[in-house]
Amino acid sequence: MTTALAVETRGLGKRFGGRDAVHDLALAVPAGSVFGFLGPNGSGKTTTIRMLLGLVSPTAGEAPVLGERMPDSGRSVLPRVGALVEGPGFSGWLSGPANLARLDTADPGASGRTRRARIAESLERVGLTAAGGKKVKAYSLGMKQRLGLANALLRPRDLLVLDEPTNGLDPQGTREVRTLVRELAADGTTVFVSSHLLAEIEQMCTHAAVMSAGRLVAQGTLEALRGHEGARVRLRTPDPVQAVRVLQSAGLAQIEQEGPELTATLGDRPVESLVPLLVAARVRVQGLRVDEPTLEERFVALTGEGFDVAG
Amino acid sequence: MSRAEPARRTSGAGLALLGSELTGVFRRRRTWAMLLALAAVPVLVAVAIRISSGDGGGPSRGPSFVTGIAGNGLFVGVASLVLAIPLFLPLTVGVVAGDTIAGEASTGTLRYLLVAPAGRVRLLLVKYAGAAVFCFAAPLAIVVAGTAIGAVLFPVGPITLLSGDQVPIAEGLGRLLMIGLYTGLSMLGLAAVGLFISTLTDVPVGAMAATVVIAVTSQVLDQLPQLDALHPFLLTDSWLGLVDLLRQPPDWSVFDTNALLQLGWVVVFGALAFGRFTTRDVLA
Ligand SMILES: Nc1ncnc2c1ncn2[C@@H]1O[C@H](COP(=O)(O)OP(=O)(O)OP(=O)(O)O)[C@@H](O)[C@H]1O
Ligand SMILES: [Mg+2]
Repeated sequence: MTTALAVETRGLGKRFGGRDAVHDLALAVPAGSVFGFLGPNGSGKTTTIRMLLGLVSPTAGEAPVLGERMPDSGRSVLPRVGALVEGPGFSGWLSGPANLARLDTADPGASGRTRRARIAESLERVGLTAAGGKKVKAYSLGMKQRLGLANALLRPRDLLVLDEPTNGLDPQGTREVRTLVRELAADGTTVFVSSHLLAEIEQMCTHAAVMSAGRLVAQGTLEALRGHEGARVRLRTPDPVQAVRVLQSAGLAQIEQEGPELTATLGDRPVESLVPLLVAARVRVQGLRVDEPTLEERFVALTGEGFDVAG
Repeated sequence: MSRAEPARRTSGAGLALLGSELTGVFRRRRTWAMLLALAAVPVLVAVAIRISSGDGGGPSRGPSFVTGIAGNGLFVGVASLVLAIPLFLPLTVGVVAGDTIAGEASTGTLRYLLVAPAGRVRLLLVKYAGAAVFCFAAPLAIVVAGTAIGAVLFPVGPITLLSGDQVPIAEGLGRLLMIGLYTGLSMLGLAAVGLFISTLTDVPVGAMAATVVIAVTSQVLDQLPQLDALHPFLLTDSWLGLVDLLRQPPDWSVFDTNALLQLGWVVVFGALAFGRFTTRDVLA
């Protein structure tokens, strides 16, 4: 099965003053996916996004977006792409709708006749209809962020590139963004979203990639990334000794026992196949559950524990 | 299976962006503040002269334009323009031109305009056009305010030109308009310099200051006799040529000289701005 790719970079790299901000990046973003782009601070997410949008020219490799090379094909590609890059950017002395009108006018393909209606609609989608008329300098951080999202949604898009879209949003706003992203994805828009909020990525993404110090360290479906082989079964029983024997004979690895609690790595064995074995061996089961590794654990495993930003 | 509407190129798209740029420039309070400040120059000049000439004191010792004012209110605009040309006017043009790209970068709108996609060349052209309109608006603000206040405070009559000839009021007003346009033209080169500097930085104030410094430096160089050979090429060399429009018959050739000089600066700095802006990384 070959899925079309909305973004496919090959050997993409960017050097800033002799240091690689992004190195040999091979991203493959399937069309129609909600693609989470993860990585610690300074790992090159924004730099990559800027290259995809033609704001920065790569020093190596290429970055086809929607099947055409960027930055050369910006004229035909960018109208199909909605973007939020490193926070919103607006003229403070203009109102929200006036700012959107200005950016929409900058798009040569956007129709002036439908402009008003599209602006109103997109303000409504981000919940700014009531507050929108103020000058942007009087907006709160979250309101600006919402206006940035509204700008990305001014026209129907094939690809949305959102760099930390929930930054500065209140919990309702965060939820709305998730809902919005799901809606857009259901409509067939590919959404490429960078974040360090792993819980958020887990809730909305189908695919993800993990960056570390400018390199891609993992990418794939969320399932594959979490790594089911890493799942551990946790068993509570008054008969730990017999239970250990059962788990051993079932081929589970890394069995650990602590009083009545047993844990073991499940591997590719389905958990439901364990219960009959335990029952047959007359092990009394008080509790049984599977701990899936969280994305956070995988993320830390992939990008390292340290808090310091890689220099 | 594209969900986005095909990029239909509407013929007025460039004009629409220009319109939006002009609304942007002229909806800014800063622009109005500068135009008002410029318009205040003739008001101050006129009021000051009115007060001092009202004293009935001895012959005033000001520049010849200024002395002409008490006799004819129509001179207020020209006199104020001559006063504003060395610094005030280039200051305001420097603010607008220095802000063109750097201002967008500093507010973060540059990346969104480019992603829209405005197109780098198109954006640069529109930005320059916006600054160019301001170049004409600024001297015209002085001339219009000066003529109005002059008509209120002083007698108005046929204008005695520098050559000693008199022209009727209507023709005099026409000359004033031409002088305003001439000065607008004079500022176009500086605006191109400002545009280029603006592509170099993300700090608008820096670009504005650098542009004004260039205008002032150019005028200083224009005063040094040792650099005679250089003078005809200096950005500011034709700035005071407007006085030749106050002769009878007017020396229209200064217009051509000025236009050629400004064109040269616009071409050179426009090309530099183009080279820089179309290749630079937008990181702001
Ligand atoms: N203008 C610049 N000049 C020099 N180096 C830069 C510049 N912009 C970014 N970098 C470097 O590129 C690297 C990647 O930065 P980038 O902004 O892409 O990180 P990020 O993953 O978006 O981080 P964050 O999560 O903090 O937003 C960093 O090491 C940064 O120092
Ligand atoms: Mg970033």
